[in-house]
Amino acid sequence: MLKVQGISTSYGKINVLKNISLEVEEGSIVTILGANGAGKSTTMKTICGLLKPQEGKVEFFGEDVTGRRPDQLVRTGIALVPEGRQILSGMTVLENLEMGAYHRKDNEIKHDIEKVMERFPILKERHQQLGGTLSGGQQQMLAIARALLSRPKLLLLDEPSMGLAPLVVADIFKIIKEINEAGTTVLLVEQNARQALRVSDYGYVLETGKIIAEGKSNDLLTDPRIMEAYLGRKSS
Amino acid sequence: MLIEQLINGITLGSIYAIVALGFTLVFGVLGIINMAHGEIFMFGAFIGVIVTSTFKGPLWLAFAAAILVTGIMGYLLERFALRPLRNKQGVSHLAPLISTIGVSILLENLSHHLFGAGNHPFNNTFAEISFQIGSITVYLVQIVIFMISVILMYTLSYWLGKTKAGKALRATAENLETASLLGVDTKKTITMTVIIASAMGGIAGILVGMAFNSVTPQMGLSIGLKGLAIIILGGMGNVKGAMAGGLILGLAETFIVVYGNSGYRDAIAFAAIIVILLVRPQGLFGQKISA
Ligand SMILES: Nc1ncnc2c1ncn2[C@@H]1O[C@H](COP(=O)(O)OP(=O)(O)OP(=O)(O)O)[C@@H](O)[C@H]1O
Ligand SMILES: [Mg+2]
Repeated sequence: MLKVQGISTSYGKINVLKNISLEVEEGSIVTILGANGAGKSTTMKTICGLLKPQEGKVEFFGEDVTGRRPDQLVRTGIALVPEGRQILSGMTVLENLEMGAYHRKDNEIKHDIEKVMERFPILKERHQQLGGTLSGGQQQMLAIARALLSRPKLLLLDEPSMGLAPLVVADIFKIIKEINEAGTTVLLVEQNARQALRVSDYGYVLETGKIIAEGKSNDLLTDPRIMEAYLGRKSS
Repeated sequence: MLIEQLINGITLGSIYAIVALGFTLVFGVLGIINMAHGEIFMFGAFIGVIVTSTFKGPLWLAFAAAILVTGIMGYLLERFALRPLRNKQGVSHLAPLISTIGVSILLENLSHHLFGAGNHPFNNTFAEISFQIGSITVYLVQIVIFMISVILMYTLSYWLGKTKAGKALRATAENLETASLLGVDTKKTITMTVIIASAMGGIAGILVGMAFNSVTPQMGLSIGLKGLAIIILGGMGNVKGAMAGGLILGLAETFIVVYGNSGYRDAIAFAAIIVILLVRPQGLFGQKISA
């Protein structure tokens, strides 16, 4: 469904992504791994339209969507949960959720918000509270719930487990799996390599703006080079 | 006497609040002080003079014309003085501020040219209507000004707090990137905000014309600086702060004239800023824009 073909993205004169190509099949979970500064977030931002690539193109369901703005891409079904969650801290939890459905014009928004609050009971409990007063884990749930309310076909998640306690991390990965099983395709950026590969079907490894390895997640999990670089030696 | 002064202060303060709201909205979404806001306000006042005095038109028409003209001015300001400078590599973050200063000078010169330098009376059919409540004299015009201000503030608060477009504006003000990821066309939202803020300036211009029966090309600068003082007082980008700050300044100015020395009237705003910045640098209500 998503085809990234040879994109190069720069910040001013600093060229960060160099000829990146990747593909996400409908219904799958795909992971991008890489060290800090490898260009993972830059890749996500280029796909969702926050950054425009100097070269290459992004295709979504066979349609060239390169250079479209994020608000246009949300309408075609690409939603990003950005790194650091980016909750609207001055708006209530409920308002954050409503903003997730901003572009929708159907009459199921209320119903969907109810459903999402049942899935994340903490959001229901805190729905009148300002987004900025939630804990990190709660904010991550809110960010994911908010993105889901746009009814995405492809959900981009940039380091959803960042800064969270191990138990919450496990919870997040479970949620990602559930979202995928409910029919949403997921492109995931993670530092938590092992857990990410366990939930995903396919993986790419990014290093200084280039893809240096790719493969089925199971193969990557057992690839000694990848293990050493990104999973820590002591892995099983 | 005290109550009459209180009424005077509230009338003046509610006009200041409307002016300050225009600053606050633009600051909220763009992070800049719109130095041309005072001059747009002054144009609103002149439209009022032209409609009511030159053409002897009704007051409502003056409001409608002022909203239309200042709204268009807001659009032009955003389209030609602000947008070209946005997201450009190598443009100083002070550039938009300087750009609005340029526009303010242009507008002031233009108004000299169009309307002449002198003082223009505002023809208001009910300017002299007043009534007595006990020993207190209340002018109808004061009540009208106050009512319009309250309605405007209430509508704006409701709009920001409850409507989809208002929420989009708040989201844009808090984080442009996030808002666009959620599907908000931020360019459109910014343009709409500058238009609304400018139209509010235009309305405030007519209210000042009604209150003081005098309109000059220089009035933009002084009210602009006061609006600036108010949003620093109330907390940058804060809607409630702008309303409260406006009332505080209006009351303070009125009482200093009555019980103190009228020569210091215009200094009040700036004395207040200095004190506030020393005691509460974030302003009275300091935080991001919220309903
Ligand atoms: N706004 C920016 N301006 C200039 N350079 C940037 C900007 N954002 C990122 N970079 C640079 O681009 C490179 C890739 O950054 P990116 O954020 O994509 O990395 P990442 O893989 O997401 O890292 P992390 O794991 O730390 O989130 C880094 O060298 C970074 O310094
Ligand atoms: Mg990153």
